[in-house]
Amino acid sequence: MLLLILKRIGLGLITLFIVSLITFVGVEVLPGDACTTYLEREAYGAALDACIKRLGLDVPAYERYLDWASNVVRGDFGYSLSGEMPINEVLGPRVKNSLVLASVSILIGIPLAIVLGIITALWRDKLPDIMISTITIFSMTIPEFISATLLILIVAIWLGWLPGIVIIPSDATFYELLSNIILPVVAISMIMTAHMARMVRSSVIQVMASDYVQMAILKGVPYWKMIFRHVLPNALLPAINVVALTIAWLLGGVVVTEVVFNYPGLGRLVIESISNRDLPVVQALAIILASIYVGINLIADLMTLMLNPRLKSLQIRK
Amino acid sequence: MESNLITEDKQKNKLEKAFEILKTMASKPSGLIGLTIVLFHVILALISPYIAPYDYKAISPNTMLLAPSAEHWFGTDSLGRDVFTRTILGGRTALTVTFFGSLIALLWGGLLGIFCGLVGGKIDDVVMRVVDAFLSIPWILAMLLIVSLLGTSTEVLIPALGFFYGKGIVRVARAATHDVIAKDFIVSARARGHSNMSIIWNEIIPNVRDAILVEGAMRWSWMLLGFSSLSFLGFGVSPPTPDWGLMISNARGLMSFAYWSVIAPIVGLSSLIIGINLTADAFAKALGIDRSTKAPV
Repeated sequence: MLLLILKRIGLGLITLFIVSLITFVGVEVLPGDACTTYLEREAYGAALDACIKRLGLDVPAYERYLDWASNVVRGDFGYSLSGEMPINEVLGPRVKNSLVLASVSILIGIPLAIVLGIITALWRDKLPDIMISTITIFSMTIPEFISATLLILIVAIWLGWLPGIVIIPSDATFYELLSNIILPVVAISMIMTAHMARMVRSSVIQVMASDYVQMAILKGVPYWKMIFRHVLPNALLPAINVVALTIAWLLGGVVVTEVVFNYPGLGRLVIESISNRDLPVVQALAIILASIYVGINLIADLMTLMLNPRLKSLQIRK
Repeated sequence: MESNLITEDKQKNKLEKAFEILKTMASKPSGLIGLTIVLFHVILALISPYIAPYDYKAISPNTMLLAPSAEHWFGTDSLGRDVFTRTILGGRTALTVTFFGSLIALLWGGLLGIFCGLVGGKIDDVVMRVVDAFLSIPWILAMLLIVSLLGTSTEVLIPALGFFYGKGIVRVARAATHDVIAKDFIVSARARGHSNMSIIWNEIIPNVRDAILVEGAMRWSWMLLGFSSLSFLGFGVSPPTPDWGLMISNARGLMSFAYWSVIAPIVGLSSLIIGINLTADAFAKALGIDRSTKAPV
């Protein structure tokens, strides 16, 4: 059991290492380097040489990678180009804002998805299922920027209920944030809920067709007792992994949603730093986003391991 | 003579099979709707240059932000261009880019996956680690890096999208190959002394083709989503090109009084994505592949 967990963590670390290599090489082959971007038109002669020396661009690439990587392991991402601020200071408030957005969306999305998934599975092909399934298919296939734009058009412009875009500084307090994130949260959790509800639905349907549920029905277990004791624990377990993958996949959608609503989170920073060619920030973001992905999947793996008695005994026997 | 007859027979069988699959797909309402939408968009994309009533890049200050009328069915945008013209041409851009992108994704993803499934061992391990690493970079960051590295012309976007969306196909193709490779008919082909190439071509590809094609159809809709998101963010095709993502992002700021120029591309893009999704689902069901419990990675 412990060995399995350690192996998973090891694999996650290897993945992160490859990601860091990929982004480092990717940034390395981008036309222009940190100095030509920073100095713009004055990038020649003594100024360029001085800058190259100051940022240490004159040492070979692999040495710079090792240097950068060892700093990252210690939690130091170096300096951003625009404004020459430490990247940690740039990232701090952004990470907090995105965390607020993501956690509120997840807190609303997961319970809602489980309830909707169970309803659609138990009333399969009846009116509730057809209605909910149609809505979920629509909201999971339409791109985030379209649903977000439509939300702004309908709720903010035509109905005038809520502000259409978020106009807060990146270091806003938690309460300032909460009043501004209603529409972004709706946009993100709509898609997330739809994806997860579909998975819960098919998972519940599979379990309902299994032998032990048939057995429970034949034994005369009351319907709802059977649902809660036999169906749900078995149906939600395999869904955990899939849900984790979905959350990670939706990171990309969060970027787009943040741009549409002008929300000062990590996603908008991705776009800003790539437009400004702020390469150190791009590298830092790639590592952070990949760590989130790896982390979520790791947690899901561990949760499945903890909750699944079959896997546990399998490991002990080995 | 006889061998000729056999190949003819085979081809007829193939056509019949394809027709059969289409019929199964259309037998359910959702599949029929999906097929109709996709067919409509494909036909529109083919004929749009000939039926477009205006020049898609003709800028005119006299016709700025006109509401829909008999002359301009969907109104005009902030530069006085006809929204109807740009919307029907936008489908052409989206379909061309994503069709060729999916083709590239299918080819390299499928071949690499089959290769990994066949050789196994260390090479397989290393390739799959790298594929996993690529999977864990959020798609938007990876696409933005590629695009800012190589530029935003369609010659760059198509292979970039194809490369990026092919990595998921590698996994599917590899898993399918793993399932096939242990079967008896492979062993007997080996025993008959067939070469590796012949085994891949005659035994493995026909058996993993369905799984790969279904995955490719699904990737097609995600690629369309990714491509239009890139355009929306300003990293896709460059302006005057009529493109839905670009049109939505341009018209968004003015939608409080000119909502028509944002509604038209939204309807176009949403309907195409929903159509492709329904078609891909129906296709998977017609081939007997269940992908309802899979995560969209």
